[in-house]
Amino acid sequence: MLYSEKVMDHFRNPRNVGEMPDADGIGEVGNAKCGDIMRMYIKVKDNIITDVKFMTFGCASAIATSSIATEMIKGQPIDKALELSNQAVVEALGGLPTHKIHCSVLAEEAVKAAVKDYYDKHNIKYDQKLYCAGDCPCVHEYDKKNSD
Amino acid sequence: MIYLDNAGTTKVSAKAKEAMLPLLDEVYGNASSLHTAGQEAKTYLEEARSTMAKCLNAEAGEIFFTSGGTESDNWAIETACRYGKMRGKTHIITSAFEHHAVLHTLEEKEKQGFTVTYLPVYKEGIVHVADLKKAITDNTCLVTIMLANNEIGTIQPIKEMAKVCHERGVIFHTDAVQAVGHIGVDVKDLGVDMLSLSGHKFHGPKGVGALYVKKGVPLFNLMQGGAQEKNKRPGTENVAGIVAMATALNESLGEMEKVNKRLISMRDKLFDKLSTIPHSVINGSKSQRLPGNFNMSFEGIEGESLLLLLDDYGICASSGSACTSGSLDPSHVLLAIGLPHEVAHGSLRLTLSKYNTMEEINKVISAVPKVVSHLRKMSPVWDELEKGERKHVI
Ligand SMILES: Cc1ncc(COP(=O)(O)O)c(C=O)c1O
Repeated sequence: MLYSEKVMDHFRNPRNVGEMPDADGIGEVGNAKCGDIMRMYIKVKDNIITDVKFMTFGCASAIATSSIATEMIKGQPIDKALELSNQAVVEALGGLPTHKIHCSVLAEEAVKAAVKDYYDKHNIKYDQKLYCAGDCPCVHEYDKKNSD
Repeated sequence: MIYLDNAGTTKVSAKAKEAMLPLLDEVYGNASSLHTAGQEAKTYLEEARSTMAKCLNAEAGEIFFTSGGTESDNWAIETACRYGKMRGKTHIITSAFEHHAVLHTLEEKEKQGFTVTYLPVYKEGIVHVADLKKAITDNTCLVTIMLANNEIGTIQPIKEMAKVCHERGVIFHTDAVQAVGHIGVDVKDLGVDMLSLSGHKFHGPKGVGALYVKKGVPLFNLMQGGAQEKNKRPGTENVAGIVAMATALNESLGEMEKVNKRLISMRDKLFDKLSTIPHSVINGSKSQRLPGNFNMSFEGIEGESLLLLLDDYGICASSGSACTSGSLDPSHVLLAIGLPHEVAHGSLRLTLSKYNTMEEINKVISAVPKVVSHLRKMSPVWDELEKGERKHVI
């Protein structure tokens, strides 16, 4: 099998999938041209992420990484969510094929983009350096690094 | 399991398997040996060659056995390029949507100083003879155009192109790997100089194929070694594989008309029913197409997810998405017919064989819309399309 049981489970039964009309922050990363786009919605109350939803266009690992990322940040304080790394996502899924590592990077960037949107909307200051553009060449760099 | 990836590879037919078995243990001699065991194997080998020749309307001496389509393509290109270079000709013409066995070989040739013209294939997935006429020069040493495309099944005007080449004294090769055993292939009628075929695409075994080389066309070795295949292709012959391949080809010719009638009715039902999915498109010409080839794109979804969910329904399919091609870009074939990247990512190829049934096709017709709609529901691209924030392209 190309994918672990865990990846296939999140792909077949994605958690927290769908739209969130009253989201406090929305982040979208990726590019349809490259074949993956992730959109992440967060609801925030007292600095805690009380609800998360996602929508993803992409391969099985793109869907699975976004699904597990929503589980990992739901109920967490915002600054904790910002610490979510793509490695943590990969580990939680029981590994990803090397040419799919960029999907976990997209998931990390989607979470960050949603938080950034929330910060922007509420005039909360943050470190700009924390955010990569989340665009296609940028995240696909990780696959190259991993295959070397 | 509903197997619909027959352009990828096929099941070995019962007759081919049966023909192969005695050559594994009873007739196991080396066809180059002079003793009885060897000569027995040689007889099988030459019979298979005659069968192959008859099926293609070639002479037995024009059939060279190889390890498959990839080797045949490499061999044809290498030999034509060497002959070209001897005559100071270093220009090659091909199409934009050849198999990688041709395209990557030509990339190597470009590094060696050859120039390559890639003819467009347009929306229909068909090369225009007029483009070839314009591209051909006094420096052209080889034109290589596939007979039928492996992803969208479109059939090329080979006979007309071979004629153009011969008027200009240029060698014409065709990669007929997807066509042989599926539609009538008559090398004399087509007028080609070289033709590649591969056993596993028509219910023969994997790892065996052939290159047809018209008598009088120069043929250089790709490899050096023993004297097999008239000194042209060294290595002990895979007699079991060759015999099974010849059996499979002969078998498919015998039943082609009947089988193709069924394939077309099943394939057209797939097109008719799945075209009702909104924002979908049939990729490539519907009329100039292999009987068993179905290829469509669905907007707003990605092919790998589609395949894996179809696999859960027991359906084996394929896609031209980047994720399944192992690169960043989706299939070069789908891009060559002008599909935008995001639509090429959402393609589905179903390739049928004689073993498929209408009952299986009906199951596919029920599964695909469910899977497409499931994926669209979670797709931000589809969401934007629906809300008018993104323009539909199909
Ligand atoms: C058009 C075409 N050419 C060449 C090949 C390579 O054939 P083989 O797998 O026998 O090397 C294939 C099959 O993958 C093909 O479809």
